[in-house]
Amino acid sequence: MHVPDGFINAPVSAAAGAVAAGAVAVSLRGARRELDERTAPLAGLVAAFIFAVQMLNFPVAAGTSGHLLGGALAAILVGPYTGVLCVSVVLLMQGILFADGGLTALGVNITNMAVVTTVVAYAVFRGLVKVLPRKRRSVTVSAFVAALLSVPAAALAFTLFYAVGGTTDVPIGQVLTAMVGVHVLIGIGEAAITALTVGAVIAVRPDLVHGARGLTAPLKLRVNGELVDAPAAEPVAAPATARSPRKILLAGLATSLLLAGVVSFYASASPDGLEKVAADKGIDAKAEEHAAADSPLADYGVEGITNGRLSGGLAGVIGVGVTVVAGTGVFWAVRRRRSGEPPSATSVPDVRENV
Amino acid sequence: MGAGHAHRLYRHGHSPVHALPPHTKLTAVFAFVVVVVSTPREAVWAFALYAALLGTVAYAARVPAGFLLKRLLIEIPFVAFAVLMPFVAQGERVEVLGLSLSVNGLWGAWNVLAKGTLGVAASVLLASTTELRELLLGLQRLKLPPLLVQIASFMIRYGDVITDEMRRMRIARESRGFEAKGVRHWGVLAQSAGALFIRSYERGERVHLAMVSRGYAGSMPVIDEVTASRAQWSYALALPVTALVVCVLGWTL
Repeated sequence: MHVPDGFINAPVSAAAGAVAAGAVAVSLRGARRELDERTAPLAGLVAAFIFAVQMLNFPVAAGTSGHLLGGALAAILVGPYTGVLCVSVVLLMQGILFADGGLTALGVNITNMAVVTTVVAYAVFRGLVKVLPRKRRSVTVSAFVAALLSVPAAALAFTLFYAVGGTTDVPIGQVLTAMVGVHVLIGIGEAAITALTVGAVIAVRPDLVHGARGLTAPLKLRVNGELVDAPAAEPVAAPATARSPRKILLAGLATSLLLAGVVSFYASASPDGLEKVAADKGIDAKAEEHAAADSPLADYGVEGITNGRLSGGLAGVIGVGVTVVAGTGVFWAVRRRRSGEPPSATSVPDVRENV
Repeated sequence: MGAGHAHRLYRHGHSPVHALPPHTKLTAVFAFVVVVVSTPREAVWAFALYAALLGTVAYAARVPAGFLLKRLLIEIPFVAFAVLMPFVAQGERVEVLGLSLSVNGLWGAWNVLAKGTLGVAASVLLASTTELRELLLGLQRLKLPPLLVQIASFMIRYGDVITDEMRRMRIARESRGFEAKGVRHWGVLAQSAGALFIRSYERGERVHLAMVSRGYAGSMPVIDEVTASRAQWSYALALPVTALVVCVLGWTL
């Protein structure tokens, strides 16, 4: 998905560059919190790992093979901030050294592949880990779902950029279908490999999996062939307060996913979010043309009934994911600002734990 | 480790382009690509002039055409996409060799191909005339956050080490009779990836401890600050400035 020069016009590339620069700046500060002064060597080595693992080919069938993109994996293993940073550095180096992805498109590439994948993957992962029972298997399952959603989300972000600043006249409905369709397939592979890799790491060094911190199972001893809880050395903080919000969260997420995935099958004729965005932002003549002639979701409505249902529902599910992520992000930001008022050293880890 | 200290992307030489300070080259390449991207696609001759400009730089840097063309192969996936574009784009259509093609799509394909190729060629010239370490110094000089530059330098430094580790794991797998044929073998490969992550992370911890024991406190000392004279700046910026003239002509003509 490395976008070359000239694919997205100059103003939108510049805007994406600003977004990417902001995201990297935020991640630099966040990564210092995640890793303190170990940031440089550790993030550097993790970036080298991502760079190497992108070269590891996973055979699919007779001759074809795919490779890992690594955004979701990085987010789950080392945390979202460090993950964004590592993938951004990999993309920067690929752009400058290997000419993989244009220099002016660097902002678009970083926003799509480093920020969107990592943030979506981490948000989905944390949400699922909180909701699912505290078992090792649920970490793997969450990793699977997170990686599965992160890749089409990046494709969706790319389509948004394309809708606003694309330089060609391909109708954006087609771009959306093609990009999301292909990337759902890629996402399945990515998800399987990410889940297996996270499983492998968690089996050996569970402490290294950033996203699964606090999931350590209570120690059990085998006494006369029976499993007995080991005497707790320290009082275990029971997640009693977390129980009820968790249920609400689960119900809400399930409902919105259901609505988006199933109900949008039948409601796709009316204009929807993405089209609205395209129409609102398409002030310049070219995008106006797009919005008027070929709105993406109306496109689904027209030819939808036969083959568009699946993609429509899928777009809905991804849309919910993105919305949840955006909403949670705003919520976090607000809460952090509020709780950040008393500048004490103890409040920082406190906030992080809640998050 | 027995190989040379330069990266395989770098082409050793003593040309005037090699001698330029890295940050001037980075600025020049970036400005050049920006100018190319903002050129109207109808000005076909302008892109020919850009290509000629890059050819002049390649000649001055003594980078052979074959080397440059081989590195251009990286954009093949997007060439495939560009070839599809005339078939799927909308707008008025034109008959070419019995195929109905979209005029807009043809222009779009030309746009992506021309600008993408020029961008790739410019980056390839930069990477083949500038050493990795110099590039990092240049990025630092261009006020990239020091932490980001440090991360990038660690990635570059240990990239080959980690890749070699992965290669050794592959050899170990293969010498035990493993052959990855399909989806069934993903588990084994993923376990390798997991082991690779643990090794990388633990190596990072060791590197950090080694650095701390040598007095590291969060920032790297800058020993060799790169500087550029006015003549060097003007020499490097000749490329984007000429391109800018061409671009302005392209908009007005």
